[in-house]
Amino acid sequence: MRRRVWLIIALAGVLCICLGIARGEVSVVFMKAINICLECIGVG
Amino acid sequence: MAKPRTNRLIRWRGLVQLLFAAASNSFVTGFLAGKIYQGDLKKLCAPGLNCYSCPGALLSCPIGSLQAVLTSRAFSITLYVTGLLLVFGATMGRFVCGFLCPFGMIQEWLYRIPFPWKKKTFRGDKPLRRFKYLLLVVLVIALPTLVKDAAGSGSPTFCKYVCPAGTLEAAIPLVLLNPGGPGVSAPPPAALPELRIEIASSQPVYETGPLFTWKMLILVAVVLLSVMVWRPFCRYLCPLGAIYGLMNPVSLYRLRMEQDLCIHCGKCNRSCKMALEPERRQNEAECVRCGDCVKACPTGALTMGFIQRKPRAAEPGLPLEPTDPQAKGRNL
Repeated sequence: MRRRVWLIIALAGVLCICLGIARGEVSVVFMKAINICLECIGVG
Repeated sequence: MAKPRTNRLIRWRGLVQLLFAAASNSFVTGFLAGKIYQGDLKKLCAPGLNCYSCPGALLSCPIGSLQAVLTSRAFSITLYVTGLLLVFGATMGRFVCGFLCPFGMIQEWLYRIPFPWKKKTFRGDKPLRRFKYLLLVVLVIALPTLVKDAAGSGSPTFCKYVCPAGTLEAAIPLVLLNPGGPGVSAPPPAALPELRIEIASSQPVYETGPLFTWKMLILVAVVLLSVMVWRPFCRYLCPLGAIYGLMNPVSLYRLRMEQDLCIHCGKCNRSCKMALEPERRQNEAECVRCGDCVKACPTGALTMGFIQRKPRAAEPGLPLEPTDPQAKGRNL
């Protein structure tokens, strides 16, 4: 049972990653990460 | 008495933590110039909490990235970051906290500072641990998704109002390295006042105002608490730990108990700095997989890893009866 749950979570994770990449979420993450987020660190 | 050898990964945990923290923050130029890494690796999230505005960070912070997508105008849910968290959680669970989180490592170092009133647990400790789930739901997911401005952008509320890792790893170094603002590595020479004016007018200046003061207070509180309590941020505040904790019971990396070898000595329970009972429950959400219980087990009944190892036979000369009289007859 535990292994089945693990497999479902892992497969769901891989599927979500693929769908997220296809939707273009990576560029949002990337743009946020390469610019200093002043708001995030409390200095903006 | 011959004590079974614990696995190498647990024995070298401190070194693994240090190496992973150093490797994932190895953009040395960032520390020298007061800038951040802008290469393609930032498309990936680190498994642990590591602010992506840290000058040395090569990877993105998963909690920051989660909020970045949720606050964006284009998306209201994030499949990419959720998927990464599911894969990390299903594979490693809170092994990430114990081995791969730089902020967890810093808290452990602080706990080594001698202090007379170190507390393993206290009244209210257990209910307080649920607070991180509230932070996850409210500050990481709900507010960034639901509260948006007229342009459709939200605010990364957890990073903005709580995250002490961002203050320590990013805000403090960047403010110290950029007295004049982002991108300016050193103040211009006093002999060139016109340059100073130009830089001051063209660069946004870091505002170390009330928000910065508030975040510094949180950081100071976490630092002081870390001297007294083991990993207070991980216990009470970390939304990433909350996510991985939910997957701890099913994750591939797990703690295993060989009942036939257990002598109910209670050493594993006493060794647990998170005040858990690995003798009774091995894969609780709060277990950060530090492996102290495995190291304390005199018979090798507790093992931890990705793969279930063949049970070891009891070492000759080990006591077969419980050494802790209270543990005798305990319902497992």
